[in-house]
Amino acid sequence: MMKTEHMVLNMGPQHPSTHGVLRLELEIEGELVRKVTPHLGYLHRCFEKHCEAMQYNQVVPYTDRLDYLAAIGNNFGYAIAVERLMGIQVPERVEYIRIIMAELQRIASHLVALGSFGADIGALTPFLYLFRDREHILSIIEDTCGARMLYNYIWIGGLSHDIHPDFVRKTKEFVNYFKPTIVELDNLLSYNKIFIERTANIGILPVDTAINFGASGPTLRGSGIKFDLRREDPYSIYDRFDFEIPVGKGLQGTIGDCWDRYYVRVREMEQSLRIIEQAIDHIPEGDVQSAIPKRIKPPKGTVYARVENPRGELGYFIISDGSVNPFRVKVRAPSFVNLEVLGELCKGYLVADIIVILGSIDIVLGEVDR
Amino acid sequence: MYQYFYELTNSTILSTIFVAVFPLVNVLLVALLGVYLERKVSARIQDRIGPNRVGPFGLFQTVADFIKMMQKEDAVSNEIDSRLYNIAPVLVFTGSFAAYAAIPFSSKLIGSEVEIGLFYILAISSIVVGGILMAGWASNNKYSLLGAMRSVAQIISYEIPTAIVVLSIVMLTGTLSLDIISQQQTAYFWNWNIFGGAEFEIAKFLLIPFMVIGFLIIFISTLAEVNRTPFDIPEAESELVAGYFTEYCGMKWAMFMLSEYGNMFAVSAIVSILFFGGYQSPFGYLGNSIGLEWLIPFEQAFWFLFKGWIFILIQMWLRWTLPRLRVDQLMSLCWKYLIPYAILNLIVIGIISLI
Repeated sequence: MMKTEHMVLNMGPQHPSTHGVLRLELEIEGELVRKVTPHLGYLHRCFEKHCEAMQYNQVVPYTDRLDYLAAIGNNFGYAIAVERLMGIQVPERVEYIRIIMAELQRIASHLVALGSFGADIGALTPFLYLFRDREHILSIIEDTCGARMLYNYIWIGGLSHDIHPDFVRKTKEFVNYFKPTIVELDNLLSYNKIFIERTANIGILPVDTAINFGASGPTLRGSGIKFDLRREDPYSIYDRFDFEIPVGKGLQGTIGDCWDRYYVRVREMEQSLRIIEQAIDHIPEGDVQSAIPKRIKPPKGTVYARVENPRGELGYFIISDGSVNPFRVKVRAPSFVNLEVLGELCKGYLVADIIVILGSIDIVLGEVDR
Repeated sequence: MYQYFYELTNSTILSTIFVAVFPLVNVLLVALLGVYLERKVSARIQDRIGPNRVGPFGLFQTVADFIKMMQKEDAVSNEIDSRLYNIAPVLVFTGSFAAYAAIPFSSKLIGSEVEIGLFYILAISSIVVGGILMAGWASNNKYSLLGAMRSVAQIISYEIPTAIVVLSIVMLTGTLSLDIISQQQTAYFWNWNIFGGAEFEIAKFLLIPFMVIGFLIIFISTLAEVNRTPFDIPEAESELVAGYFTEYCGMKWAMFMLSEYGNMFAVSAIVSILFFGGYQSPFGYLGNSIGLEWLIPFEQAFWFLFKGWIFILIQMWLRWTLPRLRVDQLMSLCWKYLIPYAILNLIVIGIISLI
């Protein structure tokens, strides 16, 4: 017998396709992957510990930096948590603007996810097309709150700025502009033969595994489960809008493969557009800062608030001891939980597939490491 | 070519220098222009502008890059096998550069009029494989090694369909000389091999569909041989960082780049010689009609470069449109589809040419 051993390949933390500073320890046999061990912590910033030293409202800018591609969603979840703790009722106008912003942000975040997924497979052109489209969303939000990435927009009880006078017109323009580009994306990438060859039947996530690992967001819905917090546990005013929850159907291969997870995101962008269309004409008048408390000092107690972020269920667990600082803030980060499933998915695939599977889970390292 | 320039200049030294320098200048020009064009074409496809600052239309961007590349520190790891590491880029470049010796740019502009030009090019371009394997191994980097393994497997596999299609053309034309193959397709574009060759009989029309198949097979395999998307898995940047030249920098890296673009033009040239008449004009020569015989070689060179660049543009267009195949899909495409069809095509063309 010849003595053979597996080669250990350290993929990352500096690698073009690990989507940040993730390190994957691959045990490979030729090109076949036998074992994948993700190593985290390269971007750990002690977010949860920092929160304990800050006042409630000072935490908001830090939440931006969790999932930096969906900063508004992070603000949203934290604001809801503290508002529940204090029993604040926010004005209608604020609710509408929050939802429009969150949905715009969801589209922007999915655009990055889809684009970089394509780039992982070698299709660089769709990546630039999608970033071009994302630019429209960023400029809309920039007009409103001045920032392009870390917005600090949704405050406890209100918003940092009222919407820009041109906001409604620009958002409508964007919705009209963006609908055909989804079709373009489908033609260019989704139904591309090589793209399907690379993603269909790869990295199949069975339903029970997905549930056991606590996966959420498109990763879970790609496996065919209709679970969306906007519908299952409606927060804010999501119960007023009519939208569908796209799930993976195994159109090109097996249910729960990479193509399904990819396609769920494409369809979700359409549903986000629907929500925006329903909300944009009904923004009531009002003051967006009227409900912001002068002094944020919640009563003793705990709260767990969860929102549907582009990457899945983002939960904030806050313990208040009655002082101006939170006693404990725990974040249930969707990327972190979804990443756990990677080791299960990657067994027996080739090195090139690992990149595809990782891209289809769509992690943001700022959130994984916090 | 030597003879032609000797007649022109009447000086042995000048014509020798010209014959030696011409292919090198051509490779450099191809690389400089190729990189620029790649950027501009990709920018056009991706809704960008592309380089537009250095010189008119950004034309000197690649020159500036080249100067930067030469000034760069040669940073190498301690763990490399330095002898192999240093030979590899030279060997890879030599392989692609040597192919230019036998490529007829026009009836007069041929580096060396070898009788077995096709065979020579197929053989000499295989040297590249050795260089790539050396680069991958000597870098002492796992990504480089994986990239080199992939690349070698890919290039060796795809040489088979290429060779079979070349064989079918050789069977038809009865020669291995690229110059003679080009000469046979003279006069008008319907004499090109893709339209069944110059002999005007029933076999010509029967040949057309099989020639088109042969052209598609050789075009796909040459794409794979020069590691272009959708077959760029050896240097798949999203998987293997940069493949076999991950550890290289500065001029050594530039050598790999040069050879890549050199190869692109070389394979485009071979495809256009085999199927699209090589240096022949599609519709007669200006030099013939106005009675200036000396103009013809220059016209031929123009047509040859024109055809070559058309194929390079197609390669670029494909690169910026398509995703990348996986390594096993690449192999199955070659062994399960291209090779059987190529062999079938060879047999059919053989039978037709007997008619």
